[in-house]
Amino acid sequence: MLPVKEAGTTIAVATQNACKACMPLGACLAYRGVEGAVPFLHGPQGCATYMRRFLIGHFREPMDIACSSFSEETAIFGGSADIHTGLDNVAKAYHPAMIGIATTCLAETIGEDMGLMLHQHAEKNADKASPLVVAASTPSYSGTHADGFHAATCALVNALAETDAAQAGRADVVCFPNMVSPADLRYLKEVLADFGLCHVLLPDYSETLDRPIAGEYERIPKGGVPISAIRGAGAARASVTLGSAFRPGQHPGAALLAKCGVPSLSVGLPVGIRGSDLLFQQLEDLAGKPTPEKHAAERGRLIDTYVDAHKYLYGKRAVVYGEEDLVTGIASFLDEIGVVPVVCASGGRSGGMAEALSATVSMQRGDIQVLEDADFVEIGEAAEAAKADLLIGNSRGFGLSRRLDIPLIRVGMPVHDRIGAQRIQLLGYRGAQALCDRIANAVIARDQERSEPGYMTM
Amino acid sequence: MPDTDNLIKTVTPLPDPEAAKEALLKSYPTKVARKRTKHMVVNDPATLSAIQANARTIPGIITQRGCSYAGCKGVVLGPTRDIINITHGPIGCGYYSWLTRRNQTRTESDAEHNYIPYCFSTDMQEQEIVFGGEKKLEAAIQEAYDLFHPKAIAVFATCPVGLIGDDIHQVSKRMKEKLGINVFAFSCEGYRGVSQSAGHHIANNQLFKHVIGRGTTPVEGKFRINLLGEYNIGGDAFVLEDLFERCGITLVSTFSGNSTVDGFERAHMADLNCVMCHRSINYVADMIEKKYGIPWFKVNFIGANSSAKSLRRIAQYFENDELTARTEQVIAEENEKVAAAQSRIRPRCEGKTAMLFVGGSRAHHYQDLFKEIGMKTVAAGYEFAHRDDYEGRRVLPDIKVDADSRNIEEVTVEQDAELYNPRKSADEIAAYEAREFHFNDYDGMMPEMEEGTLSIDDISHHETERLIEMYRPAVFCAGIKEKYAVQKMGVPCKQLHSYDYGGPYAGFQGAINFYEDIDRMVNARAWAFIDPPWKTRTSPKLTASYGDQ
Ligand code: SF4
Ligand code: SF4
Repeated sequence: MLPVKEAGTTIAVATQNACKACMPLGACLAYRGVEGAVPFLHGPQGCATYMRRFLIGHFREPMDIACSSFSEETAIFGGSADIHTGLDNVAKAYHPAMIGIATTCLAETIGEDMGLMLHQHAEKNADKASPLVVAASTPSYSGTHADGFHAATCALVNALAETDAAQAGRADVVCFPNMVSPADLRYLKEVLADFGLCHVLLPDYSETLDRPIAGEYERIPKGGVPISAIRGAGAARASVTLGSAFRPGQHPGAALLAKCGVPSLSVGLPVGIRGSDLLFQQLEDLAGKPTPEKHAAERGRLIDTYVDAHKYLYGKRAVVYGEEDLVTGIASFLDEIGVVPVVCASGGRSGGMAEALSATVSMQRGDIQVLEDADFVEIGEAAEAAKADLLIGNSRGFGLSRRLDIPLIRVGMPVHDRIGAQRIQLLGYRGAQALCDRIANAVIARDQERSEPGYMTM
Repeated sequence: MPDTDNLIKTVTPLPDPEAAKEALLKSYPTKVARKRTKHMVVNDPATLSAIQANARTIPGIITQRGCSYAGCKGVVLGPTRDIINITHGPIGCGYYSWLTRRNQTRTESDAEHNYIPYCFSTDMQEQEIVFGGEKKLEAAIQEAYDLFHPKAIAVFATCPVGLIGDDIHQVSKRMKEKLGINVFAFSCEGYRGVSQSAGHHIANNQLFKHVIGRGTTPVEGKFRINLLGEYNIGGDAFVLEDLFERCGITLVSTFSGNSTVDGFERAHMADLNCVMCHRSINYVADMIEKKYGIPWFKVNFIGANSSAKSLRRIAQYFENDELTARTEQVIAEENEKVAAAQSRIRPRCEGKTAMLFVGGSRAHHYQDLFKEIGMKTVAAGYEFAHRDDYEGRRVLPDIKVDADSRNIEEVTVEQDAELYNPRKSADEIAAYEAREFHFNDYDGMMPEMEEGTLSIDDISHHETERLIEMYRPAVFCAGIKEKYAVQKMGVPCKQLHSYDYGGPYAGFQGAINFYEDIDRMVNARAWAFIDPPWKTRTSPKLTASYGDQ
């Protein structure tokens, strides 16, 4: 296994320029992928505002997050009054089908009993047709935004999935896509449909966070996985979970298995050929048919691109950072195109990243450094020591890219300094194709800029 | 291509304001409507009505507001480059406020420190929440010191810290003694107060108590001023610094655009305080006046006319012919360029409407810029201002202090035994006042708004949508949180917190930049494509079948 810099053994006490956001942010994003849902933070309004700003800046889309707006008194005496008022007001103003609650650090610190409060709320509203309420516990002092995303996904499964086989339109497969872009979600749906698999994608913000302009504004955007479909997920034949960096109790496939007995299949985030092959094999088995020609052709084109690109890329040294599953997936892909992922870093610390990397990155190159619970100071030091040629990760690495004077290929979240974050593709043969083009072109552009005669043929 | 005049479907005539107000409240539960109605006023400059402001946002209503940590660490202290700011708390709060405000800074030499690109956080974990985080904070301060040897370190508390009872002030005091540099802390937990505004006040208090007045090296210069409430978004401060320099005015310190701790420490050596954003910094102006005898008045450098007016006021204050002559020369030079830009752009924008819902002063200041290109502000309001910013400081005695404001310290200030030196005598001040030259005053936004326009405080997401539907303004000014919702409705949204990656907008050059940006937005082609042709065209098949009959 790759040597890992363990969490807590860092020399630094403080975190300088963090490489992670906080749990409720991920939870709100997941709730945005449920049809008719409004995310709701139990805590002070500042957190909601910061998270909205972050998500809105990334997706360049509206993102409402309601909030119970804690006051100092609430902080001392508890927020049950605020949560009742808050839920009532959201119900009245939005008519949502569901309200998804995530707790902030403050609510968790004062030990709010969400179960009890929601029970009381349900009792108070027993006579009304009020929206469904689902809650996830998301204290940031014990996890990152990725953990929050998974916590909310599991909360949805635990609250809603039913085994009842009488569910109309029983799904063949439930796909837990992980925290990927709307474009990747659309791609997954296309692949599942091409296999003829009746599917549930949980969550699915492919439409809600990449909406057309129509001159009219719908407060709750169209799209998202319908609540009835989440209920029906309990009767599916199997689930496929993308990714592997789940903290205990936060693997959505395992949650669905535990609750409804749905067999759980897992593949890593399918970036690159091997990762995608694994996914397509699973889907072939589930569908009982071979990979449709369209996708087989995309695979072929991808290999053609690998061939076209290898002369530019072979032996280049890249630093990859971001959410653990993203890093693992991209590192595996880099390995295929001959780029050495010299530093693989994440602000997360689920503990499984090194192992996952060992499984997909060829070890003989030897000099791969894995950083867990890392911040950008550590990443910068490692990048410098490793003489990296490229950075691959979110916009927060821009300062580093400028300092080291190496290109940054933007993937993950946040991408606040470019247009089109919602359409960045990574998954499957198509995503690898796009990523391979981008990385190769970044390298070529560098060489071209530095060529004195100004070659136009590279 | 459609005619540029029709790119945005402006509603004419404007809706009846009272009816519009009613429509905004319609879908609220009665209790909410009763509260919200007090935050909305149909303006009538003849009879100024009272507006409710600085009140807690109702739970479940989606607001533009942030928290007091954001106001303290993000707004007031954020733009200073050589103080290391450590956020004490879980990671999110610090992470979200890392390099997101677009305040610029310029070091004068390579030896100077600049920590703006850094975000320090104690990244509290569960064990610290349970057992207390003071030790980790102390170690983090030590670490920051060892790594950078800064002149000063500031500590900011986030919500959980107040709850678990970490004494950040004690820790800071200890470390100040130990390290021999200034270390001070802000109890700016987000649950204090009702918005960023509480954080501004907390920031003002601590700067006054721990920083201002520590400097001893004299400041050279004949006309020495501080500029308060200017945060150098998009480079605004650079424009103003240049103007002052050309006029011969010495800028001792800015709170806090392009600032240094050294400037803060010597702020008491200025002879005049000019207040830009009244909301965020008036406390410091008042306290400095009481302790050191430096008068203050309100200025506004947004808009070419306002900029000229503000420069003239400064010159009048110092009563010096040379300064007056130089100031007039600078204004004349700048106005020439401004006039050229106006004549180019005004015809393209004239008659269009604007709405501004932002901040604690910008919703007022930017109305001047729109006026200069012939655009009318039909509705405006602040995100976190108080009644005095709407109605003027004359209402200060009537403002009720509620529980949310009571928990913010009111610093008692006395005249400094050595340093108190009234720059103008009581008689001199009286003479100025007799000439309608006012000190310690701000008239607020509402008296300057036209009859029948709307003032709405702490506008909600819901109200924003309804308002846009009813008025279809040519441009809506707010922040990034509102931007995309507004634009989905087919109306361009100008970000006035971060200037949408543009700016500077202050001073004369800034005014020109703003005219150009607004022109670009309201006349952008993209808006014309929103309605697809098939929406307005009768179906060809249908026409054919009619013809057949
Ligand atoms: S308090 Fe917690 S939930 Fe709120 S922004 Fe900070 S880290 Fe995130
Ligand atoms: S936890 Fe408190 S300080 Fe931090 S963002 Fe939320 S409201 Fe602000």
